[in-house]
Amino acid sequence: MTILQFILWSMLKVAVVTVVMLLGIAYTVLLERKLVGRIQNRWGPNRVGPFGLLQPLVDGAKSFLKEDIIPTGVYRPLYLLAPIIALGCTLISIAVVPFGAPVSVWGSPPLFQISDVNVGLLVILGVTSIGVYGIALAGWSSNNKYSLLGALRSSAQLVSYELALGLSLVGVVLRAGTLNLRLIVEQQGTNGILSWNIFGGFQFVAFFIYLMAAFAETNRSPFDLPEAESELTGGYHTEYSSMKFAMFFMAEYGNMINVGCVATLLFLGGWTNPFANFFGSPHNILIQALMPLFWFVSKVFCFLCLYVWVRGTLPRFRYDQLMNFGWRWLMPLAILNIVATSLWLAYR
Amino acid sequence: MHLILFIVFAGLCLAGAINLLLQSHPIDSALSLIVVMTSLSVLYLLLGAEFLAAAQVIVYAGAIMVLFTFVVMLLNAGREERTLGSRVAKSIGFPAVTVILAVIATVILHAQGLGVARLSDGITSTEDLSSILFTKLLLPFEVTSVLILIAILGAVALARHSEGNEDSQGSAEGTGK
Repeated sequence: MTILQFILWSMLKVAVVTVVMLLGIAYTVLLERKLVGRIQNRWGPNRVGPFGLLQPLVDGAKSFLKEDIIPTGVYRPLYLLAPIIALGCTLISIAVVPFGAPVSVWGSPPLFQISDVNVGLLVILGVTSIGVYGIALAGWSSNNKYSLLGALRSSAQLVSYELALGLSLVGVVLRAGTLNLRLIVEQQGTNGILSWNIFGGFQFVAFFIYLMAAFAETNRSPFDLPEAESELTGGYHTEYSSMKFAMFFMAEYGNMINVGCVATLLFLGGWTNPFANFFGSPHNILIQALMPLFWFVSKVFCFLCLYVWVRGTLPRFRYDQLMNFGWRWLMPLAILNIVATSLWLAYR
Repeated sequence: MHLILFIVFAGLCLAGAINLLLQSHPIDSALSLIVVMTSLSVLYLLLGAEFLAAAQVIVYAGAIMVLFTFVVMLLNAGREERTLGSRVAKSIGFPAVTVILAVIATVILHAQGLGVARLSDGITSTEDLSSILFTKLLLPFEVTSVLILIAILGAVALARHSEGNEDSQGSAEGTGK
């Protein structure tokens, strides 16, 4: 494979994944509005298109057409840079996620993954940790006390929970013995649901910690203090309007999808079939190639539904409760999990 | 290909470092430092140290620099005042810096057994790195971790010391950092 071919294939994959990701973000918003509507005993959006299915597209058009206001007192370069950092980091970290088994056609590189990096997990964590700047700079450069408070809360929260998040993944990495996402998934594929890290690997404590930390990392309810409307009128993006606001919005939902992808890869067996070979493998080669994709997407979908369910159910934490929970409960628990997993691995 | 990437990112690194010194606003300086850190991580990657590159981004760009920007934001530091610099700094400082740089450069150039790093496709796997780190270099590694523990204890002691003067909100913020 020449360099030119490699670049062309990569560009194609990047284009497809970006488009699918953006559509996924748009429809995650719709999913949330619909599900939360049902939880609160109302219909949710149902006017635009059948069952309100065109709502996200209309929303997108609306944000494009709104007037773009830049307040006078802002620190301009950073004010403009912040939404780009936020959305950019979200879209970059999907690049190392394997969506399906390494299938290739016509001598192409593996189709269902943009880039197979040896330290894929660390790349995701690194890019996520850069994403904090988007929020922090947005709040600071807006020159608004609500924005600044929201950004301070948010960056403190992100830095604190990143620790628990990273530590909760160590158990999985210890079991797998690699940081390569594809290899981690392949090791969970042998016996279907029984060899998933969450069940067969006894990593359910780690999964719980990851879940909590992930809710906090993505600024989602019950940890959505950075944009607590009743206190901060909107948090770090108070001063943003039009498409710049939409970029923060998209970054948030994109992060939800990313977190769902990582949970699926590390704990829920990635693209592998939960029933293993119980029903036999399909004969059609096309179905054989697309089944992993189906499993991956449905697992991520379930994770997103869980997200929305939690949002519709739980009230918001107080700030000190949030910090206490993160540092005094989640982090020691994560360290205990690492110790227990290592002991078990050494004993075996 | 490697050489082109090296030139681009080494240039970016230097530009970031110079910008860091020239900027008058603390937050601009902090952001330039982030540019330096991330382009350094690309240079590590070009040398085949992928774990080091990822750790560089996570630890320096993602954690330490967040703390820097956090402090700048909290203090809401304004532009620093420009002075022309004292005469002592100009007359002694610049020659001293040149001499120190020259000494360091000669020592490094004449030192034996430092090994050679090449721009290459070969990648040191995380497994190799960690097996060396936890067998051959175990003692220095553990000693370093004790050093970090001491730093943490010092931070806790300092935070405890000022707890009586500040309100509870301040200490909660301190835990957050």
